[in-house]
Amino acid sequence: MRLIGADLTEKSLRLHLEGLPGVDAVGLERRAASLAGRSIKTTSKARALDTIIRLTDLTTLEGADTPGKVRSLVAKALTPDPARPDTPRVAAVCVYGDMVPTALGALGSAHGDPDDGGVSVAAVATAFPSGRASLAVKLADTRDAVENGADEIDMVIDRGAFLAGRYGEVFEQIVAVKDACRRGDGTFASLKVILETGELATYDGIRRASWLAILAGGDFIKTSTGKVGPAATLPVTLLMLEVVRDWHRLTGERIGVKPAGGIRSAKQAIGYLVTVAETAGERWLQPHLFRFGASSLLNDVLLQRQRLLTGHYSGPDYVTMD
Amino acid sequence: MTRLAVPKTYKLYIGGRFPRSESGRSYEVTTPDGAFLANASLASRKDARDAVVAARAAVAAWSGATAYNRGQVLYRVAELLEGRAEQFAAEIRDAEGVSAAAARAQVDAAVDTWVWYAGWCDKYAQVAGSGNPVAGPFFNISVPEATGVVAIVAPQESAGASLLGLVAVVAPALVAGNAVVVIADRAHPLSAIGLAEVMATSDVPGGVVNVLTGSPAEIAPWLASHADVNALDLAGAGALDWVPLVVAAAATLKRVQDPEPGVPGWSLQRILATTETKTVWHTKALL
Repeated sequence: MRLIGADLTEKSLRLHLEGLPGVDAVGLERRAASLAGRSIKTTSKARALDTIIRLTDLTTLEGADTPGKVRSLVAKALTPDPARPDTPRVAAVCVYGDMVPTALGALGSAHGDPDDGGVSVAAVATAFPSGRASLAVKLADTRDAVENGADEIDMVIDRGAFLAGRYGEVFEQIVAVKDACRRGDGTFASLKVILETGELATYDGIRRASWLAILAGGDFIKTSTGKVGPAATLPVTLLMLEVVRDWHRLTGERIGVKPAGGIRSAKQAIGYLVTVAETAGERWLQPHLFRFGASSLLNDVLLQRQRLLTGHYSGPDYVTMD
Repeated sequence: MTRLAVPKTYKLYIGGRFPRSESGRSYEVTTPDGAFLANASLASRKDARDAVVAARAAVAAWSGATAYNRGQVLYRVAELLEGRAEQFAAEIRDAEGVSAAAARAQVDAAVDTWVWYAGWCDKYAQVAGSGNPVAGPFFNISVPEATGVVAIVAPQESAGASLLGLVAVVAPALVAGNAVVVIADRAHPLSAIGLAEVMATSDVPGGVVNVLTGSPAEIAPWLASHADVNALDLAGAGALDWVPLVVAAAATLKRVQDPEPGVPGWSLQRILATTETKTVWHTKALL
């Protein structure tokens, strides 16, 4: 705990988080805008599109999700573009905890570590998306998803407690959820901590929440649930990447970042790739360090990919719509 | 006191907005004598792509509106055109170098054309549709429906018809409920942007009409091969190498209309050229 300069108490945590330098909002937004505006030439674009697919968590988080819908999502994750078998697979499918067995069954032997070409299963837990439930319920929700076989858990932080300044409570909850990610064999499901940046009001708050989630043991910090606007934005993701970069310089440990929600076009997503490479480094452009949480992004990426391969613009009739 | 001149910026019309070209390019529009008149946006293939996306998004609402409602909305466009007749006539006079009377006559013809097509909205299906005789106790009904996104090359070098030529190709495509991406006359684009301003202030939803100013030779191939365009009207493409456009359009099974010289006349056929026939069977047993 040398990082926060004292033993870990609520007070020292607060002093550390509130002692973080303020964010230069204008500078951050201008930096993000300049990164988003980079000109990407054709060959680089082709590589970028495949990278985006490999880094995507294909997501369905609707109350109306049926087993059939999850199975078709998995089919799309495995073969995004049936006419072009060279299209890479996505990193993971992201579903509600009760849909994990369905997703695993549909994946079959393709289930595995995305770094080795498999597709993993991520489940949202801890009373997603609001996080308004007692800790006991959140832990039960998490354990249930892990026991069902989820490889990754996407938890939400208690934004109410965070905004009220009860950082210690948020910290303890993340630690407890991390513990609930332990499987029977002693390994852990990867934990993604959703900050829901759209509800944190300020860039300073987002920087604090990022530090808090990393200090508490999150493997990934994720921007949003996708249920609250604004969801992921480039400045917010840039800010979180800066925290991850600083953490790596201090400790040598690499934390992942996952922007989720609101990334719909391949062009936007390429802006994110540029931002990752320029901020944390190209090393981060692999499935265990960077993900896109998206449902419709994949379709646009496939359309742009078809455009590059065929030389003419494609249309929504040529991809499977969800 | 002399007033400061307020020159007009002529931009594109895409998705109900007036953006500049994505490429940042523009070109000079001149009078027939070569005098400078205005700068117009020189649309790129990416503007065409954006226009198709906007048009696709607009198809459902426009083709889903009742035929009667579409007729009313299009008739209101004619009202607005009439209200701006002086402005259109002045622009046409400057751009085409014709007399004031000839310019005004062209505006009148354009309004008449628009009204003629507006009237067809709730009538063309009765004329072109049919109840088909079948060997069984079924109703078998065929009705024409909008095909979707229609890309149009408006009549080019249309001295004497820069507004009329545009209206004569855009109006028929709107009747059935298609959304339109039209490449305006490169030499005389001012009336096209004037028409776009009328569209923007009418009840026609944004994205139903998208106007690109620029070079048809540059943009049309991208629209012809675009997989999300359902029909291609090459009315003004006679001066282009247009056969490859037809070949490209065939790859994605587009309806294609060949180039025609001059301004296309009023015709039901132009409406039907951008429709698909839907045939439904329904049992008579429930009567």
